[in-house]
Amino acid sequence: MDWNFLFVSAVKIVVAFSVLMVLVAYVVLIERRLCAAIQDRLGPNRAGPFGLLQPVADAVKAFLKEDFTPAHVRRAYYWAAPAIVMFPAILNLAVIPFGSRLGDQEMVIADLNIGIVYAFGIASLGVYGIVLAGYAANSKYPLLGGLRSGAQMISYEVSMGLAVIPLFMVVGSLNLGDVIASQQGRLPWLPILPNWAVFQNPMLLLSFVIFLGASFAETNRLPFDMPECEQELAGGYNVEYSSIRFALFFMGEYASMILASAILTTLFFGGWTLPVFGLDRVATAWWQGAAQIGIFLAKMMVFILGFIWVRWMLPRFRYDQLMRLGWNRFLPLALANIAATTVWLWIAS
Amino acid sequence: MTVPRPHLSFWERLYVPTLLNGFKVTFRHFWRTAVLRRPVTLSYPEEKWVVPEGYRGAPYLVRDQDGRTKCVACQLCEFICPPKAITVHPPGPEVDPATGNVEKRPRDFEIDMLRCIFCGYCQEVCPEEAIFLMKDYALVGQRREDMVYHLDKLLALGGVHLDPVQKWKHKAREAARQETFPVPVPPPQETHAAS
Ligand code: SF4
Ligand code: SF4
Repeated sequence: MDWNFLFVSAVKIVVAFSVLMVLVAYVVLIERRLCAAIQDRLGPNRAGPFGLLQPVADAVKAFLKEDFTPAHVRRAYYWAAPAIVMFPAILNLAVIPFGSRLGDQEMVIADLNIGIVYAFGIASLGVYGIVLAGYAANSKYPLLGGLRSGAQMISYEVSMGLAVIPLFMVVGSLNLGDVIASQQGRLPWLPILPNWAVFQNPMLLLSFVIFLGASFAETNRLPFDMPECEQELAGGYNVEYSSIRFALFFMGEYASMILASAILTTLFFGGWTLPVFGLDRVATAWWQGAAQIGIFLAKMMVFILGFIWVRWMLPRFRYDQLMRLGWNRFLPLALANIAATTVWLWIAS
Repeated sequence: MTVPRPHLSFWERLYVPTLLNGFKVTFRHFWRTAVLRRPVTLSYPEEKWVVPEGYRGAPYLVRDQDGRTKCVACQLCEFICPPKAITVHPPGPEVDPATGNVEKRPRDFEIDMLRCIFCGYCQEVCPEEAIFLMKDYALVGQRREDMVYHLDKLLALGGVHLDPVQKWKHKAREAARQETFPVPVPPPQETHAAS
């Protein structure tokens, strides 16, 4: 047993987990301030300077509220559902390369050679929490929300999985580290742009667009937040939950949003690389390793802001529109994209 | 009934114009609020709203320039008040030493601010212009009883309202005249009924 490896992994897990949790707390705050600004108001700015202590206040409130279990729920599922919602996001943290090296440690918790397959496999478990919550609540609106989420997330998983296949055909590996390694340097045909996958060729750009659309559906964010639908379903699958259990659903949604941003960054936007100061190579010095973690977080933040902004920009799709978009548009496009990439690679070789 | 759906061009069906428009609108608002710092909301306790003229806030009682309570305890406001927020306690026999016995005045006057709906009927019905809806809109109390305002408090909050007529002075003069003027008592007349 390699004790050093165990210890280092444990430290990485704890740090990555705490960073994720802090990010969740502050992404909620950012969302509230940003949406306030879009709606001409100020948002929560009273707790601490600029409202920076608001997450603390929210957490205290969530813990102190009465944790009410309605009499008609199916208890075991009711208690399990919030935890199940939370855990795919946390498990997926394991394969995200959030930096190259710091000292002599690789900045990824588990360098799997099937990284992305693992990520998809785990992400598809997220639907169980929501469906289970809808079923456990044993009342109409949550059930409708759960059903919708079941249909929606499974449909979009198909297009999502198919959308990234061109990328792996180009890269030739499923390992996320290799994906990043293939995005080093600058574009051969336009050297001011970095050699990130989105810019490499039009097929990968299309892949990115489909993947982005599907991520919105997978994370239940507007314009695809069918399972929640505050207006029609009064909150959907989480209607019967209160207190910290409700907060867990909330945190699960944000955690999966953060993870989706991390995966988007890694797959299409070069992960921790930046083609200046040699920051696109595996770091040799401490400052480089630290800077690359910063770069990764910054790129991720841009995606998170995008997710948030879109929520306050677009109205919700109708359910049939959503399904039509998933099956009639994204799926054929993704399949055609795979074919086009095959032809491209065949001609190029 | 079929709702006619507008025909969308290919470009519109791509959803791109909608995205751009949405971004334009949200960015305009974001810029105005976050960068130019011009939100439409107020940071309430620090910034206060400028109450416009004619606003209907809490009803208070007023005094005239001589410090006399204008209310004459006619109870019209009590009867008109839709939620029955007003209770007027009409006077007992005691006389206001400052003005003499010219008009009644309320012994006590209660307005239950928890009931008041700020409708302004009391101000409209008052024949003496004694009660006005003022600009207070944030009334605070710790108990229910605190929110029942009594005569002293209402008068203190209401302040002075200039009264150009001051009917009661005229009435006081008249009353004084009536008390001092020797009213001729007609002498007992002899009756001629018997004759
Ligand atoms: S404003 Fe309306 S509700 Fe309030 S005391 Fe006057 S009559 Fe009653
Ligand atoms: S406030 Fe006006 S209406 Fe009400 S009792 Fe006094 S005089 Fe009458």
